[in-house]
Amino acid sequence: MMDLSLPQPYSPPPEGHVSHSRLERVLRSGRFAITAELNPPDSADPADVYDAARPLGEVADAINATDASGANCHMSSIGISALLTRAGYSPVYQISCRDRNRIAIQGDVLGAAAMGVSNVLCLTGDGVGVGDQPGAKPVFDFDSLSLLRTIRTMRDERKFLSGRTITNPPLLFLGAAENPCIPPYEWRPERLAKKVEAGAEYIQTNYIYDVPLFEKFMARVRDMGLDKKVFILAGVGPLASARAARWMRSNVPGIHIPDAVIDRMEKADKPGQEGKKICVELIQQMREIAGVSGVHVMAYRKEHQVSEIIQESGVLASRKRT
Amino acid sequence: MYRIRLFAIRHSRSFEWIYKRVEQVMIALDPVLRKIGYDRVERPVAFVEKCVKTVLFDCKMCGQCVLSSTGMSCPMNCPKQLRNGPCGGVRPGGYCEVKPEMKCVWVLAWDGASRMKGGAQIATVLPPVERNLEGSSSWLRVSREKAAHLREAREKRRTAIADAFPGARKNEPSAAPLAEEPAQAQKGAK
Repeated sequence: MMDLSLPQPYSPPPEGHVSHSRLERVLRSGRFAITAELNPPDSADPADVYDAARPLGEVADAINATDASGANCHMSSIGISALLTRAGYSPVYQISCRDRNRIAIQGDVLGAAAMGVSNVLCLTGDGVGVGDQPGAKPVFDFDSLSLLRTIRTMRDERKFLSGRTITNPPLLFLGAAENPCIPPYEWRPERLAKKVEAGAEYIQTNYIYDVPLFEKFMARVRDMGLDKKVFILAGVGPLASARAARWMRSNVPGIHIPDAVIDRMEKADKPGQEGKKICVELIQQMREIAGVSGVHVMAYRKEHQVSEIIQESGVLASRKRT
Repeated sequence: MYRIRLFAIRHSRSFEWIYKRVEQVMIALDPVLRKIGYDRVERPVAFVEKCVKTVLFDCKMCGQCVLSSTGMSCPMNCPKQLRNGPCGGVRPGGYCEVKPEMKCVWVLAWDGASRMKGGAQIATVLPPVERNLEGSSSWLRVSREKAAHLREAREKRRTAIADAFPGARKNEPSAAPLAEEPAQAQKGAK
């Protein structure tokens, strides 16, 4: 999706907005938003980034550039984000607290904004132990909340954490993650409230396969009035097979897949098709839950399916395209 | 010491009470500590603090103790040292992503906070740890902070007058002073 309103040169955000982000515009106008995760290349060739972005760009309002997710090394999120803005895509620059300290992160935030990035996603990050280089030193100077507050301070107060003035602040739409389907369930909504307090303006959740559990979470979120303060994008994705689902459940941190879903995958003749179908159904179910403003599609190694999944779900049909 | 830490969190309400008393004592001691010199008491106090808190809370001496806002569960025991709540990797049953044999520090924190009078403090967004304060006494920092707070209040009163009479401050500085007054210059000072 082309974002032709990139700030060129530096200009103030539109009225009632904090950034030039397309995602922010879509959400604030009440349209159902789509974001999608890009599989980062293990390569230094920009063409690999554009190849991965193309199928996502057909349907997504913003493309997430992951920051060494799962503590596995790939092309950096800032590099991918910069390449995407050059081609007119609107990236979500993911920042994990695992690998860089406050000096590096604040500098990168300015650099990213200068390159036309207008969305960030503040994450704690998976522990180094689950990744491909478990001997690395974990940094965790910030956590996701102090990071959110820091970037908000940079944007709104025009100050670094040191108090030094920033002449032209980074105009960024601030996002955070939430994982409604893992413990402590009863405190997850409180944690969300704390993220909003810290500065989160939109939320992209982890994978949700347990809709009843998510509905319970959303009911509490609505009771607390949080759905009025933050845009929530539910995380979905197609499963490849029952075996892959089991592997993910036991090896990737923070993933909860109910047995019923795995059973369904197991019984299917074509697991690949079934995984896609489950994903389409999930998106349609998410659309009906009050307080859900969009979906975040994480189709690891199945990026080519994202466009089809979104089209089949019909969520864009009711939406006037811009 | 993991079990003593769990005990402390189970009895978070009692420890909250004790902690409040310690804080009050430290604040009351500020004039004495200032006479002796904070520099001189830093090492012995830090040593005692370390001994006590290591046993009770598995304290890591970050120097910026926030136990009252974390259900008496020390957040520095989180392998990611998160100060604002659990990460997204908590395992079924509430166990840690990085150390599966340990309960998530933040699952315990919310549990502890639910029993505390000031448990709602857990909703406060905390800043990142200032790593250069590691190893120093958090108790002494509390009493120094209180003193600083009082100083700030005094300063505010003076600033208000100077702000209200800007001309006087410029032409007759002594009529609307801004600088800190030495104790000897103030009436009522002994």
